[in-house]
Amino acid sequence: MMRKCRGCGFLLALLFAAPLLAQTPARSNGLTQAQINARAKAQNVPEIPFESVPNFLKFPANLYMGEGIGVATNSKGHVFVYTRSQETRLFEFDPKGNFVREIGEGLYGFAFAHAVRVDPRDNIWAVDEGSNMVIKFNPEGRVAMLLGRRPEPADAGAATPAPGVSASTPGPYSFDRPTDVAWDAAGNIFVADGYGNSRVVKYDKDGRFIASVGTRGAEPGQLNTPHTIAADAKGDIYVGDRGNSRIQVFDNDLKLKAIYDKVGAPWAVCITPGPHQYLYSSNSNPDTNNAELGAVTGEIYKMELDGTILGKFGTAGKQLRQFSTTHEIDCRNENELLVSEITSWRVQKIILHPSGK
Amino acid sequence: MRRLWIGNASAAALLLAGSLWAQIPEIAYDSAPNFLKLPEHVYLGEAAGVATNSRGDIFVYTRTGSEFATFGASRTLTHGGSRLFEFDSNGKYIREIGQGVYGFLFGQAVRVDPRDNIWVVDRGSNMVIKFDSGGRVLMTMGRKPEAVALAAGRGGGRGATGAGIPGDNFNRPADVAWDAAGNIFIADGYGNARIAKFDQNGKYIESWGSKGSEPGQFDAPHSIAVDAQGNVYVADPGNKRVEVFDNNGVFKSQLSQVGAPWAICISPGAHQYLYSSNSNDPGSMDNGEIYKMELDGRVLGKFGRAGKLIKEFGTVNAMDCRNPNLLYVGELTNWRVQKLTLPTAGSSDGR
Repeated sequence: MMRKCRGCGFLLALLFAAPLLAQTPARSNGLTQAQINARAKAQNVPEIPFESVPNFLKFPANLYMGEGIGVATNSKGHVFVYTRSQETRLFEFDPKGNFVREIGEGLYGFAFAHAVRVDPRDNIWAVDEGSNMVIKFNPEGRVAMLLGRRPEPADAGAATPAPGVSASTPGPYSFDRPTDVAWDAAGNIFVADGYGNSRVVKYDKDGRFIASVGTRGAEPGQLNTPHTIAADAKGDIYVGDRGNSRIQVFDNDLKLKAIYDKVGAPWAVCITPGPHQYLYSSNSNPDTNNAELGAVTGEIYKMELDGTILGKFGTAGKQLRQFSTTHEIDCRNENELLVSEITSWRVQKIILHPSGK
Repeated sequence: MRRLWIGNASAAALLLAGSLWAQIPEIAYDSAPNFLKLPEHVYLGEAAGVATNSRGDIFVYTRTGSEFATFGASRTLTHGGSRLFEFDSNGKYIREIGQGVYGFLFGQAVRVDPRDNIWVVDRGSNMVIKFDSGGRVLMTMGRKPEAVALAAGRGGGRGATGAGIPGDNFNRPADVAWDAAGNIFIADGYGNARIAKFDQNGKYIESWGSKGSEPGQFDAPHSIAVDAQGNVYVADPGNKRVEVFDNNGVFKSQLSQVGAPWAICISPGAHQYLYSSNSNDPGSMDNGEIYKMELDGRVLGKFGRAGKLIKEFGTVNAMDCRNPNLLYVGELTNWRVQKLTLPTAGSSDGR
């Protein structure tokens, strides 16, 4: 009786394990369950040959980069880098990587960088997770518009709450640790908001609230840390829903259209311009430097806008051509990407050779 | 029957209110784009205070961030966070005043007195600092707490939130004004809810007010101005009113038809006007219009709305109306000062 029961339990366990095993043939390769959870579902993806330009950004003496939080280019190929150094700072470089200037020194809204993007008119937008602000600079580097408001110090001083915990009901004009910004062709503004709130907010070009979508959760249309956002030429919005390891695609009115969940946790997404647009997404390795998970993450995917995976490149690591928790990607040029990394305090210029050239 | 009567009465009241509202004319106005020219690498943050002197120079007290908390032996020391800039009447940058001054922490207001002294009110350090026209410290009022908690602005006066202790330090003060004799009136403020009166030498005379909504009380006195007779106008946005007191703090009247007055100013000259901004809450784009009034509260007109474009307002926190037809407004959420030109009296029907 006893023996029979034991046998039943074993069989039951096997039955439960079977579907898992079927999904993860690499189990025999010695992957742990944590690794299986962290790695992208897409397997056997073709590798895109690539190289990294050594020491691309030239910093003046006594000027240092901190965590590579944000990177973006403008139409002239200038490179903007938003970094967490002793203070959060925004630097501009020319297309060859020579230092041009600093923008927004000591700015009231610079507290804890999260993303920088450049819009089609070369305005520079900084998203600051620490001040809860999205700051638009004109191409000259002067403040042109502000979204959100840095909390007054009397309201601050509390510990950083866990993601998904918002201090208050999200209002139309206030963010809680926003992460990224994008625009459609009409100039409407889409803000990923963010760690505290779990939503995407749409404003018109003058900063007036239009709509928002998303609550915290894992159901379709819900978000668990919307960490990165991009818009295509039609005005569809691609949201990197990092905590749910999926990209959710919304139409311009923020109705859910599609979910791409084969490319791991999308820390950073970008969409190329031009007649044939591509979507890049980074399954970045954890910023804890966890080696176990780093062994199965770190790669960047190239996709069609419909989610078809075309290829991938890179692994986690600290060497050139490796990525240390990629946090933002610029893909204004489809085969010349700029990749900023949190845990390596750098920006890499990546040259892709998609046809093996 | 009775119900019907009530219905009719409220309908009549609504009609009356509606017609009164409709009678407020719109004042035509313009805003000079990019009026203030800042040097490279100098940025405005929240424009908490703006004021002009007799030459037309413009002073801006702005929250620039970059506070530093130093972990001292027995306390956390907090420094920085606000800056005071001076521009000429064309908006050209002249200089910074008070770099690294001990009391610049979280800017709330700047005002210029009739002798061109520049007064800064700092809500974080709980201080009111008087600079002479050359930019040197002439007098200080209140004291910065030795340890400013990271949640800056707490602490200060020993009194609990409310009326404070007579003559004692301020608790998150908001604004300053003077009468013709040079007496100083301080709106104190977010922590205390009182007006403190000092003589021109900084000697305490009296204070009045406490937390509440009764006549003479304040939710938080946020902006203050004194007319030529010495009457004291206190903006109490939480109670949506401007309260008027005589020179000794005796309640005279309240003006409650202009929304939440975040910022008020009174123009000089023979015929004085009162401007009051019904500023939008930083989390909304409601309201935002500015009212022009006679000192008796009669509304002459209004202009503007909340928004981010030029001629729109992002939570106006300060107004200067030394010239009643040339206003400077300091905005919190748009990080800017706008120079507004209004038609001179009688020259326009508001179109």
